[in-house]
Amino acid sequence: MGIYRQLFLTFFKIGAFTFGGGWAMIAIIEKEVVDRHHWIRKDEFLDLIAIAQSVPGVLAVNFATCIGDRLKGMKGGIVAAIGTILPSFLLILAIAIFLTPESIKNNRVLSAIFMGIRPAVVALIIAPVITTAKSSKLTLSTAWIPALAAIMISLNIGVISNPITWIAIGGAGGYLHWEYTRRRIRKEPPAA
Amino acid sequence: MIWAYLKIGIFGFGGGYAMLSLVERSVVGPGWISEQMFTDIVAISQMTPGPIGINSATYIGYVAPGQVSGGTLASPLWGFLGSLLCTLTVTVPSFFLVIKASHFIRKHNESGVIKAIFAGLRPVLIGLIASAAIMLMNWENFSPDHDTRTLVSSIAICITAFCLVYFKINIRGKRRSMHPILVICLMGLAGFILYY
Repeated sequence: MGIYRQLFLTFFKIGAFTFGGGWAMIAIIEKEVVDRHHWIRKDEFLDLIAIAQSVPGVLAVNFATCIGDRLKGMKGGIVAAIGTILPSFLLILAIAIFLTPESIKNNRVLSAIFMGIRPAVVALIIAPVITTAKSSKLTLSTAWIPALAAIMISLNIGVISNPITWIAIGGAGGYLHWEYTRRRIRKEPPAA
Repeated sequence: MIWAYLKIGIFGFGGGYAMLSLVERSVVGPGWISEQMFTDIVAISQMTPGPIGINSATYIGYVAPGQVSGGTLASPLWGFLGSLLCTLTVTVPSFFLVIKASHFIRKHNESGVIKAIFAGLRPVLIGLIASAAIMLMNWENFSPDHDTRTLVSSIAICITAFCLVYFKINIRGKRRSMHPILVICLMGLAGFILYY
């Protein structure tokens, strides 16, 4: 099977099973893209999330573009993005043409199913938090960074809770730490 | 209309829920979509699979031509064109931005500065994903009717789903965890059995 077809089918599947915002798809992407197809490494995974999150737009599509581009350049990006968009586009189009909003909203079967899916989605987001924390070798002395960021963002108070603020702080922190270590190494007299 | 959605595509940081208030202001404000219709569209976008941004863009694009023209353009054909247009405008700008950003980073991949910045980003991103989970742990998702029994079964579903996705078990001789898509289907089934 061609790589493009594989890319398209994988992201079609991911697009069809994204519930409740882009974050829910992280677990599915990790499983498909990292564990199954080995398209990207586990430690690259977080870097790609960083790019997808810092660029405006729909998170799920950004992420698909990023992975497709990493694999096969711009063409791969287009294929992955279309794969992610197509399931929901077709489904919503069908709903809009054939059904009324009321028939969906008041559907008891659908709402029962969703009562089960919503708590599961939370679990699907927690699992990659733990696996990525493990793969990025987070220790007790650095674990306060994600903990602080998570608490501040979920408090939901203006600029302090904007994820972009925290991405900027993280990037700046990484840069400063690097500058600091480099200067310290320079100051030390060369070992004999 | 195109401009409004372009604007959302360009400034819609954070995706999903953060985008919705921006969408509301730019499509309900000029009267393209009624307030009631917008609430319905959001509800349906959340109830159907797929990214909320794409779902609502497609739906709004379908409804808008008929509403703006006062009914003369309310046909499936115009609706289809509208939804195609809306979905494209919401995705194309960010598509090029992502490609640009991705190429830039790959080009300077070996530079120490970029590496250092990403090293600093990683822990923050883990926090970011965690915050998404924390923010979804609300009454709305776990017990919309504020009933203790629903809350308990929702927590049970959440814990079961986590164990299935996280822990590796032996399946046909290979140690692996369950596929998240399968877990979503199972929990949907559980919801159907429990609440219907």
